[in-house]
Amino acid sequence: MPPDVLACLRCAVASERNEIARQELHNICANIEEAKRRQIPICQDTGVMVVYLTLPPEIPFSAQLSDAIAEGVARATVDVPLRPNVVDPIGRHNTGTNTGQGMPAIHVQPGDRMTVTIIPKGAGSENVSRIAMLLPSQQNEIIRFVAETMLLAGGKPCPPVVLGVGIGSTFDGVAALAKEALLQPIDEMDPFEQAICDAVNRLEIGPMGLGGTTTALAVKVKKADCHTASLPVAVNVQCWACRRATETIEVP
Amino acid sequence: MDLVTPLGNEVLELRAGDRVHLSGIVYTARDEAHLRMKEEGIPFDPKGAAVYHCGPVIQNQTIIAAGPTTSARMNACSKFLIDRGVKALIGKGGMGREVAEQLFDRGVYLAFTGGCAALAASRMQLKGVYFEDLGMAEAVWAIELDQLPLVVGIDSHGGDLFDRVMRRASMRFRKMRQPKAGL
Repeated sequence: MPPDVLACLRCAVASERNEIARQELHNICANIEEAKRRQIPICQDTGVMVVYLTLPPEIPFSAQLSDAIAEGVARATVDVPLRPNVVDPIGRHNTGTNTGQGMPAIHVQPGDRMTVTIIPKGAGSENVSRIAMLLPSQQNEIIRFVAETMLLAGGKPCPPVVLGVGIGSTFDGVAALAKEALLQPIDEMDPFEQAICDAVNRLEIGPMGLGGTTTALAVKVKKADCHTASLPVAVNVQCWACRRATETIEVP
Repeated sequence: MDLVTPLGNEVLELRAGDRVHLSGIVYTARDEAHLRMKEEGIPFDPKGAAVYHCGPVIQNQTIIAAGPTTSARMNACSKFLIDRGVKALIGKGGMGREVAEQLFDRGVYLAFTGGCAALAASRMQLKGVYFEDLGMAEAVWAIELDQLPLVVGIDSHGGDLFDRVMRRASMRFRKMRQPKAGL
């Protein structure tokens, strides 16, 4: 668990007034401690691996690199161990290795150094994520759309959640932005992110949908420019187990 | 309140939102186990029993992780358990209206924190297994709990905390005025 997520959970324990919600948050914190002590996964849904690479000019994104990442995921599935979650979408046959066609999802960006970031993404929260092709005149609808996403989700995504919101780009691009928003540290929000977070928390869905003021720990927004006639918005919901890790790889 | 299985009529006094600690034997069951029990019978004494919606990770007869699974998947197949005397269903996310009605005057639904697989395992000891051929996640495991902290999600008087929270959330959403985007 990244330190910023732990800090937000501790803040929530301190500020939450609902007794049931406080117990849920205490359970979550105790669970994280216990998992750390015993070196076991925080949650049994160890997710599917979403990989973000930055590559310096001297390292091209090759089939060899892609294969190496898949091999790493397959090895981690045995060593950690991770629950094998990757299946054929129609036949539902489990590959057993957390790899398969198009899996793990790999996103590449140019950079100065080689870094690898992994988000293990659970299904409970992924399944309630949404996308909207709003009209340019519907800017005021953005906050309502995010709040409505949580209203429809209720306790299903294991709140308190972290919400990644993508705004702009294209139909496909905005979903990617929403997930990239989840890469950012969550212990700081700008006024717009705070306004969305406050709107979501006013619903008082609370931890696990049992009520309370801690429905979202944070909202992070990532924007890109878009067509003059569109306003794409996507919400990627993440459960409290907002796991992510980045490793910088020194290239000799 | 401290509860110990097998449960009796003390559960009928509970109200949605009450916090309880549960000790004693509980039996895990997910989708496949429910189907099997319906066909072949319940392999444990259902009178006063507690059924935990959970697919644990077990290694060398030790419980490694045992968080709750989404209870709503068992909405359509819980009636026979309650009819046979099961007094508590345990899981996450709440259950449907039909289950709340089946629990009326008979039992309760208890919620455990989603994702807290390591915490749950630290309060558990493995006691036995039925239907092991269903695989680790789907088998019925007999597990002894030591004070697992739970919340009464649905009581035996028709009270449903999940339903109450979501009704209020809907009302608050409808009242939400359209705020400025402020981009």
